[in-house]
Amino acid sequence: MPSALFFIGIASLLLVMTILEIRKPCVERKGWLPISTTRGDRLFIGLLSSAFLHLLFLGLTDVTLWVAFGISVVIMAALLRWG
Amino acid sequence: MNKVPNNKAWWLVLPMFLLVAFSAIIPLMTVVNYSLQDIFDQNTAYFVGVEWYQETLRNTRLHDSLLRQFGFSFSVLLIEIPLGIVVALMMPTRGWQASAVLILLALPLLIPWNVVGTIWQVFARGDIGLFGWTLNNLGIDYNYTSNPLDAWLTVLLMDVWHWTSLVALLCYSGLRAIPDAYYQAAKIDRASPWAVFRYIQLPRLRNVLVIGVLLRFMDSFMIYTEPFVLTGGGPGTSTTFLSQTLTQMAIGQFDIGPAAAFSLVYFLIVLLVSWLFFTTITHMEKSDNGNKHDK
Repeated sequence: MPSALFFIGIASLLLVMTILEIRKPCVERKGWLPISTTRGDRLFIGLLSSAFLHLLFLGLTDVTLWVAFGISVVIMAALLRWG
Repeated sequence: MNKVPNNKAWWLVLPMFLLVAFSAIIPLMTVVNYSLQDIFDQNTAYFVGVEWYQETLRNTRLHDSLLRQFGFSFSVLLIEIPLGIVVALMMPTRGWQASAVLILLALPLLIPWNVVGTIWQVFARGDIGLFGWTLNNLGIDYNYTSNPLDAWLTVLLMDVWHWTSLVALLCYSGLRAIPDAYYQAAKIDRASPWAVFRYIQLPRLRNVLVIGVLLRFMDSFMIYTEPFVLTGGGPGTSTTFLSQTLTQMAIGQFDIGPAAAFSLVYFLIVLLVSWLFFTTITHMEKSDNGNKHDK
């Protein structure tokens, strides 16, 4: 069940991105990341880094994963907004 | 500048997407599902959350295996890429010699992995193998079944033997694509052979080299058959690389949950590396185009 939720989440993210892309085609831009990126690039970077962040928290600490999740959300927002 | 490209062509990707869904996405979902459960048999499974991930990330056996894997992959790249370039530079450019060398180089690429393993298993034996026997008779104590270093070096040598040709062939095609005008200009400037290599050939080889590095990294990162046939991962665990550790867990011990968690970590590493390469390649293309506009 949680894995189903996870994939539904990813699928709906992709769907939202597609709709956004049609409504408001995105322009490649350069933010604080060292490379210029599109919206999709930033989403991918965000997802991948949150995955590694979760693994880091699991491997090195005993705190609840919600902390990692919170940080990931913040990173993701920062990436999408200013990345 | 605000022209919206026609995206209807994306619908043509749909059949491919369906295929990939069956071959990759649905299995991936299954693996994610397994990684969160403790599975006893087909009807008994308990939800355990992230326990398997925690176990995987703190398992020293897996750490060792991962370190070994990175060590092996980087050694492979360090040897095969320069060696491939050198071989490509020395290959004849025309006439029957060129075809002959091309075919000779392509031969190892045609041999299946398990056969390569078997060839080297016999070739490196101390009693009947040419390589092992020669080394032993030269006074070098070499035994890949009992000495971990020997075993590791043999696996490395085998991979170099098997795959350097690929890098060489890629570089050869890259070299042939350099127009003669560059060499003529270098000749007029009386450039040394090193300067020709450094400022003409190497920059022109960049694209094929990136692809070569990517292919060799990926291939050596998932190496399974050759060490399995040659040493069975031994002696001890000195040549047990990631994929073999994974197989032992999933099929040998039937620990499907931990194996699934482990393979997802493996997948994330591969995903990261592929993305890095992809970004590098696309950016190189972009900066190439940018340079063209500048000139």
